Amino acid sequence: MISASSGTMPKRSGRLAALTRPAEWQFALPLALAFIAFFAAPLFMLIGVSAFDDDRITQLGFAMWRKFLGDPFYWKVTIDTLELGLMTVAASVLIGYPLAIVYMSSGPRVQRVLLFIIIMPLLLSVVVRTFAWIVILGHEGVVNYALMWMGLTPTPLRLLQTEFGLVLSLTQIEMPLMLLPLISVMSRIDPNLRDASAALGASRWRTLFTVIFPLSLPGLVAGCMLVFASSTTAFISQQIIGGNRLVYLPLLIWQQSLVVYNWPLAAVAALTLLVSVTAVVVVISALGRRGTRYLNVT
Amino acid sequence: MLRKRHSLTDWSYWLVIGALASFALLIMVGPVIVVLATSLTENRSLKFPPTGLSFQWYRQLFDESVSRQIHRAAGNSLTVAAWATFAAVLFGTLAALAISRSQARLARLMDAVFMSPMILPGLSFGLAALMYFTLLGFRPSLNLIIIGHALLIVPFVLRTTSASLSQLDGSLLECSASLGASWLYTFRRVTLPIIAPGIAAGAFLAFMASIDNVPISLFLSGPRTDMLPIRMWGMMESTLDVRIAAVSGVLIALVLSLMLLMERLVGFTRRV
Repeated sequence: MISASSGTMPKRSGRLAALTRPAEWQFALPLALAFIAFFAAPLFMLIGVSAFDDDRITQLGFAMWRKFLGDPFYWKVTIDTLELGLMTVAASVLIGYPLAIVYMSSGPRVQRVLLFIIIMPLLLSVVVRTFAWIVILGHEGVVNYALMWMGLTPTPLRLLQTEFGLVLSLTQIEMPLMLLPLISVMSRIDPNLRDASAALGASRWRTLFTVIFPLSLPGLVAGCMLVFASSTTAFISQQIIGGNRLVYLPLLIWQQSLVVYNWPLAAVAALTLLVSVTAVVVVISALGRRGTRYLNVT
Repeated sequence: MLRKRHSLTDWSYWLVIGALASFALLIMVGPVIVVLATSLTENRSLKFPPTGLSFQWYRQLFDESVSRQIHRAAGNSLTVAAWATFAAVLFGTLAALAISRSQARLARLMDAVFMSPMILPGLSFGLAALMYFTLLGFRPSLNLIIIGHALLIVPFVLRTTSASLSQLDGSLLECSASLGASWLYTFRRVTLPIIAPGIAAGAFLAFMASIDNVPISLFLSGPRTDMLPIRMWGMMESTLDVRIAAVSGVLIALVLSLMLLMERLVGFTRRV
């Protein structure tokens, strides 16, 4: 379709061509303007709304900020949210990194199959993936069936509405975000380095920690950032699997804005989510940079 | 002796790596199979193992009289995804042409801003968009949802298009120009054919991300602009509606077939 149109080469004088040729940087303007109007402006409005005392948004003041920051409950919710993100990151590194190693040492055919398996969940709706975990972790679900069949537990365990169940589900839900940057960096690692390390007498483990790990660090850091950001804002998964017993910032934002209609407090919670998640992401990225520098020196 | 120690550590290496990787594969593939199995059962609850093969949930789902709300939500989601993807491809490709090959400070800054929806919490942006549009006096409509989705899915287009632009040899463009081709002609006959697969892969990712979007739809959809993920959430939240298994089955089939198609057309998996 693209190469089907065959026109004659337009004959223009060079000067005319130079005049009609758009400066390439101007092409970014439409998107830049759209971001200013519909991305930056709403976020500024969020800051504005948070600076009102009442839910009818008439009285300026910082009452909502004082209420939020002065209440241990909100602090706990914020810390729980960040903790949930960090646990999901840790779990997805623990099982995602070995899968990336397997990917790296497989042949092209296996790699294609693995890539397909990794990308598929990314395209599948988060709600579908969340639903799957309800079936798996439910009272009469797959895990409880297996455990009782093996005689490991006489009565079904409670797996939904627990932090363990939520972290497990989020790990699967966010796994593609960890693996894609990781394998794209790891497949660029020169296999000769691995072989050289082995030829010089290093064990597999030593090669992993001193050769492969440092070189894969940029991909790992990118994966951690994406998983952290995505799992802390995964409202539906948190709400359905965690239930109303486990409260995280997204649930708070939703309740305050669409149930209680206290927009200023919702805005405060949304800004807290935004600032705290960004802060952790910045820290992860800084650690990654320092780690790369440190490991390159030694 | 050295050799023996090594084979032992090699063994432990592959045991640990293999076990963890198998677990990773299991939890990536397992849920999809479990959902498909659930959607083909005849029981009303989510009891495992499923009993009896039946297409009743699919029949109910495709029955216009029972599932009109789901159909409307799916229709809305498809409409929004199509328009949002169109906008994201148009704006995103243009932006990629402008900034992806530039090392200028402003270009790097714009790149960071345009990619930021991947990192910033979508929920905060969803709430911000709700307040912005409401306080400016807009009524809830699909158009607002399209704008919100388009901004959040632009990074997918930007990333894949930039990646294919970086493979474009600059001398091709110079050749074309020195042979007297106009900028537009060069773009149409040289640049576009080379980056088209990257754009297509990005458009596919963006389209699926829009179908999947929760943060924007949660805040901007209303009773008349219901979106599929929000409706599905409703089907899970209070009393479980097993038709959701059938919706999930349809989505899985859609994703798998589109993925195979895109793989054939543009080598999709290599471009993600």
